[in-house]
Amino acid sequence: MSIPILRLTNVSKQFTLHHQNGLTLSVLNDVNLEVAAGECVVLDGASGMGKSTLLKLIYSNYRVSAGSIQYTEKGCKPLELTTANPRALIDVRRHHIGYVSQFLRVIPRISTLDLVAEPLLSEAGHNEQAIQQAREIASVWLTRLRIPERLWGLAPATFSGGEQQRVNIARSMIKPRSLLLLDEPTASLDALNTQTVVTLIQEAIAAGAAAVGIFHDQAIGKQLATRRIDMNNFRSIPCAAQ
Amino acid sequence: MVVARSAPILRATKLTKRYGQRTALIDASFELWSGEVLAIVGESGSGKSTLLNVLAARDRPDAGTVEFQLKDGTIEDVFQMTEAQRRLLARTDWGFVHQNSADGLRMDVSAGANVGERLMALGDRHYGQLRATACDWLARVEIDPSRVDDLPKHFSGGMRQRLQIARNLVTRPRLVFMDEPTSGLDVSVQAKLLDLLRQLTQQMDLASVIVTHDLAVARLLAHRMIVMQRGCIVETGLTDQVLDDPQHPYTQLLVSSVLQP
Repeated sequence: MSIPILRLTNVSKQFTLHHQNGLTLSVLNDVNLEVAAGECVVLDGASGMGKSTLLKLIYSNYRVSAGSIQYTEKGCKPLELTTANPRALIDVRRHHIGYVSQFLRVIPRISTLDLVAEPLLSEAGHNEQAIQQAREIASVWLTRLRIPERLWGLAPATFSGGEQQRVNIARSMIKPRSLLLLDEPTASLDALNTQTVVTLIQEAIAAGAAAVGIFHDQAIGKQLATRRIDMNNFRSIPCAAQ
Repeated sequence: MVVARSAPILRATKLTKRYGQRTALIDASFELWSGEVLAIVGESGSGKSTLLNVLAARDRPDAGTVEFQLKDGTIEDVFQMTEAQRRLLARTDWGFVHQNSADGLRMDVSAGANVGERLMALGDRHYGQLRATACDWLARVEIDPSRVDDLPKHFSGGMRQRLQIARNLVTRPRLVFMDEPTSGLDVSVQAKLLDLLRQLTQQMDLASVIVTHDLAVARLLAHRMIVMQRGCIVETGLTDQVLDDPQHPYTQLLVSSVLQP
């Protein structure tokens, strides 16, 4: 096997709650995990087992208590995410690691089409042709995710929950990335849209991306997983109640 | 964001500021790069505004340095410059948006003159051009250009803040300091101003330092965050790291005290 795109070594995460008598919650312990391009690793475990925490650690949204997380872009030196400077993290998030959740953080007043096109627009600069192309690609994504064209010019603040969720998926996936972190992107979508999202993820993986995902729906996990990981492996006390 | 430059646009090293017996700022160090928005958060009296004023050379530190990268790439210690050099910098390459618009605007001259003033200070004398630029900038900050001859004292609070922004950005500065730019505004007006700031900082590849006590403002605008308590920087990181996984007891208190930042 070639060099894995993602390598976690002895990663642990505790939360210290300074205002709850300094209570320490040990959520993950000694996580060792490698993910290669073309893989879709699905995390299995009950609620509160640290699945989302693990994705957030990889995205450097949470900071590790111990251990190493290395991201290696093809032909590049590994980047140690746990010690990388903020600029390097912003850069890696912009270009290489995408986080797909079910929540759209609404930015007021920007049209849905531009919101979806934004990851491409930020690279287009003032190049009219590139801007046009970005908007065209965005319209393809919105069409595939069944957002009616009459809504494209509106800001999504007033959209239904499911519509916002699909706008967020389009926005998070429009730019091809090497590593996708999927935090229940299909939760509460209807069957048709769920299948569309599954297809979009499969296309990304077929194109060479790696993915680590959480899916509460077992059937979807089964459909997408090339490998499954039991979160019990990463607990100091198996199945400890939170 | 352009990452081509190999040095930060602003570097603060071990800044300390005392007012009499009281130390308002202790050993503050950080770097800011072109295109980056940095939020300084903390409660009142934590030293946020002191830090901002020292960075913007409005106040001299008792120890430490502030280095700024000039347009030509050379790096200068701001407090080693002559007063005249510093004033030129403050009028051209820097901007400062005040919490209270009365501190940043001339209330008894027209909106157009407020926008044109910095250009005139740079030697621009063509009245027609100044007026056209002023109208253009009023439109960019979403003020109807037909208000160009009106006085800011007849503007609403939100309009005054936007006029302050236009007045600062007209010289295309590379670094802008903002002191609580949205506080005291209605929520709806705040959103408009925030969105405008976000778009303008992106379009102009501005570096900016924003002092705010509003964590939601920081989340929306800033790439990075500095948390201050009693004059010390107690935590730094990407905005979402600090807000979602705060490490320091004070940051945890700050984050848990607000409704859904």
